[in-house]
Amino acid sequence: MADVRIAGLVKRYGTKSVLAGLDLDLADGECFTLLGPSGCGKTVLLRLIAGFEVPDAGTIAIGGERVADAASGRAVPPNERGLGVVFQDYAVWPHMSVTDNVAYPLKLARVGASARRERTLRAIGQVGLEGLDARLPSQLSGGQQQRVALARALVSEPRLLLLDEPLNNLDANLREEMRFEIKALQRKLGITIFYVTHDQEIALGIADRIAVMDMQGRLRQIGAPEEIYERPADAFVFRFLGTANFLPVRREGSALCVGDPGVPWTGPAPDRPGDALAAGFRPSDVQLARTGSGLPGIVRRASFLGAQVDYLIDVVGREIRAALPSHECLDRDLLFTEGEACRVGFATVQWFEADAIDEEAR
Amino acid sequence: MTVATASRFGTPQVLLGLSIAILVIVVAVPVLLIFFNAFWVDGHFNVADVIKVLREKDTYQALLNSLILASGVTVTGTIVGTFFAWLVTRTDLPFKGAMKVLFLVPFMLPSFIGALAWKMLLSPRAGYINRFFIDVLGFDGPIFDIYTFAGIIGVETMYLFPFVFIQVSGALERMDPTLEESARISGADLFTITRKITIPLVLPSILSGALLIMLYSMAHFGTVAVLGIEAGIYNIPTLIYEKIHQSAGSFNSIRTGTVLATVLVITAAFILWLQNKVLSRGRYQIIAGKSFRPTELKLRGLRTPMLVFCLAYIGFTIVLPTATIFMVGGLKTYGLPFVAENLTWENYRYILFEWQLTRDAIWNSLTLGFTAAIITMFAGVIISYVIVKMRVRGKGLLEFLGMLPFSVPGSVIALGVILAWSGKYGVNLYNTVWIILVAYIARYMAFSLKANSAALEQVHDSLVEAARASGATMWQALRDIVLPLVRPGMLAAFFLIFLPALRELTVSVLLYGPTTRTIGVAIYTLNEDGETVYSAALAGIALVIIVLGEGVIKRVFKGAVGRKG
Repeated sequence: MADVRIAGLVKRYGTKSVLAGLDLDLADGECFTLLGPSGCGKTVLLRLIAGFEVPDAGTIAIGGERVADAASGRAVPPNERGLGVVFQDYAVWPHMSVTDNVAYPLKLARVGASARRERTLRAIGQVGLEGLDARLPSQLSGGQQQRVALARALVSEPRLLLLDEPLNNLDANLREEMRFEIKALQRKLGITIFYVTHDQEIALGIADRIAVMDMQGRLRQIGAPEEIYERPADAFVFRFLGTANFLPVRREGSALCVGDPGVPWTGPAPDRPGDALAAGFRPSDVQLARTGSGLPGIVRRASFLGAQVDYLIDVVGREIRAALPSHECLDRDLLFTEGEACRVGFATVQWFEADAIDEEAR
Repeated sequence: MTVATASRFGTPQVLLGLSIAILVIVVAVPVLLIFFNAFWVDGHFNVADVIKVLREKDTYQALLNSLILASGVTVTGTIVGTFFAWLVTRTDLPFKGAMKVLFLVPFMLPSFIGALAWKMLLSPRAGYINRFFIDVLGFDGPIFDIYTFAGIIGVETMYLFPFVFIQVSGALERMDPTLEESARISGADLFTITRKITIPLVLPSILSGALLIMLYSMAHFGTVAVLGIEAGIYNIPTLIYEKIHQSAGSFNSIRTGTVLATVLVITAAFILWLQNKVLSRGRYQIIAGKSFRPTELKLRGLRTPMLVFCLAYIGFTIVLPTATIFMVGGLKTYGLPFVAENLTWENYRYILFEWQLTRDAIWNSLTLGFTAAIITMFAGVIISYVIVKMRVRGKGLLEFLGMLPFSVPGSVIALGVILAWSGKYGVNLYNTVWIILVAYIARYMAFSLKANSAALEQVHDSLVEAARASGATMWQALRDIVLPLVRPGMLAAFFLIFLPALRELTVSVLLYGPTTRTIGVAIYTLNEDGETVYSAALAGIALVIIVLGEGVIKRVFKGAVGRKG
């Protein structure tokens, strides 16, 4: 119901610069996820949009209205921005019942008693808390408190919903369930969502678009989940979206070599020039065989995990991880034991500059 | 505050300004005036004169006495407190729970009333115990003279040892018993474990409690005033009182007072700094927050003797003086033996319903305590809010000012408000009830800040931000979210001020006028004037009010906690 336009945003704490000239546009009605490591400044961006912080430079506009403009000193207070916010620690008011918590935004907006009751009950129903409306937060589980926070953020039908790692403290099952519910609610209500997280699985699962932020507060890539996953802009994005393997590949004349002294590279050809490259791939991209044309490897560790088998494989002195579906291993006699030799091939490979290997995933 | 504002002058600035103003006017100005009067003579800075004042015989003697008394009380109080703490946490003493509560009772009782009781029992000529030994058992002289250093130290110890008792029993309870058990498995005997493991681990708590005793004893007025003046033993607060009262505000006596007060403030600040240091260094990980069941030492044959010893201690230090107060309060004339025909309710009736002086005193204490508690509670909430929650330029100054009330003893506050509010700067509150009120607010601000900031620390910032995001203005968020959540802290602050104010003596004794006596002042002055019986009766009534008040607190807090859950 509202788009967000952020231009040239700068935020400093003392001498430490958190955001340095950030530009970002959110389309009306999209679910946008900001993905980044802890401490990268993504929460700061959310707080700037919410109005809990004031930018040192740049502007923020929500639904065409300029809510923050450092140049003119304009800063619309949070309560006038028409937002819903869900915090990582729920921030459910402990002295109010579920109903009172959810009804509070409507009370402030002076919604009449009967409409207020009706909308409160509807919001409580939307998050599946029917029958718990008279309880105090201390009588609810963490997941239920999280739902109260969500209902409270949704009840006034905000034009923009800000979510700060709201599923962090939930167990895996509940996290998945809530992820679907948030997505479903967003589709139904058509609100714009700005979702901040460091969990790439949630990000990929929920977002229409994702932005990946690095430790310097720069946006490395913005795009649809599959685009980010399949075509990462750089090694940082590649590393951040899942387990990453790298092998150094050298170009010697027309031949490609892996390692030192080196064996010939057998995977897909590089899509970029340069003599020193890094081949990046996921464990699931690895194809194993007992014999054949792949790179020679030795299995260092094998873990049978039920649906899949995890291998740690030594390839020319580097350890890579491979994950194969169990049924494939059984069907094709690929259950290796430690110390066995194997051949390693690749379904797909992402090519980076060689220094990507040494760069820590930051 | 987590909600930032771009404007130069908004609500945060108003609250910060208000908080600074309160602390400056109430605490900083009086203290600064003391320093100013001590060091500033005839328009210039003067240290030589300060040293001259300190070298005068009576000043020097008072400083020395304060040091002797405080050291003595600290040593005895620490030994007594540590021993009983160990006894109720680490041995199989019977009725430990009840004992623990009983050992905290002295905290409730005003020590100057205790001193009064001991004077009635052990003064060399008229004390009941001494008389019993001389008249009945035929002793040549008194068995114990309470008007001595030993007497004062003994009485103060009875009322101050809980400082150490609380700290040490808490530490012993929280200490992980596996630490001791693993030492035992390594082959150490109990004596070695106690010496090498237990004592080093609780040492920070012992030291911290000991420093609290020292801080309190250094600045303590009541006991020394009741027991010391007779024998010419003055400490810093009693000499300040003497100087201000006897010489009717002459320049020299005020100067001596301010120099003594300066010494007191510096000592207090130093002790608090030391305590902070001890606590921060002693915060071992191994003393976890959890409650363990420590291994108990079997007292075996000593079990009953130890119980008898504890009961005798409690009987001797709590029951005996309290009973003495009520009995003497009921005597027809002081000095008569305690037999039925000498006892009457008449004294109690007279001071409660007829005598203007005592009725005024009770009324003054109740209204002063209540008003001071209300004002200080609200001021404390605002100041704590700015310190704990707000992010605003200039907060450092407020944090510094907020520390001030903790290190300013009562007699210093009183002297400071005399300097500030006696008309020299346009406002004259001297001899009115208002000057006592101002002093009470300054004196009890520390309690309010402590209780309220503890409550505010519990209110996470995101709770306020959630309200702001829900559409609440800052004031609405304060009213609907913060205030309800800090209410228990505010209530605690109220009672932490109201009850001590009811029995307050140190401050009001320096500030009272003809119609503005407080209960403490009335008890003290009646005793000075030889009206021992009325003094005791009023003390008895004060004890009843205090005990009732404590009862109300316990009830209110049970209710508050219940509502919260």
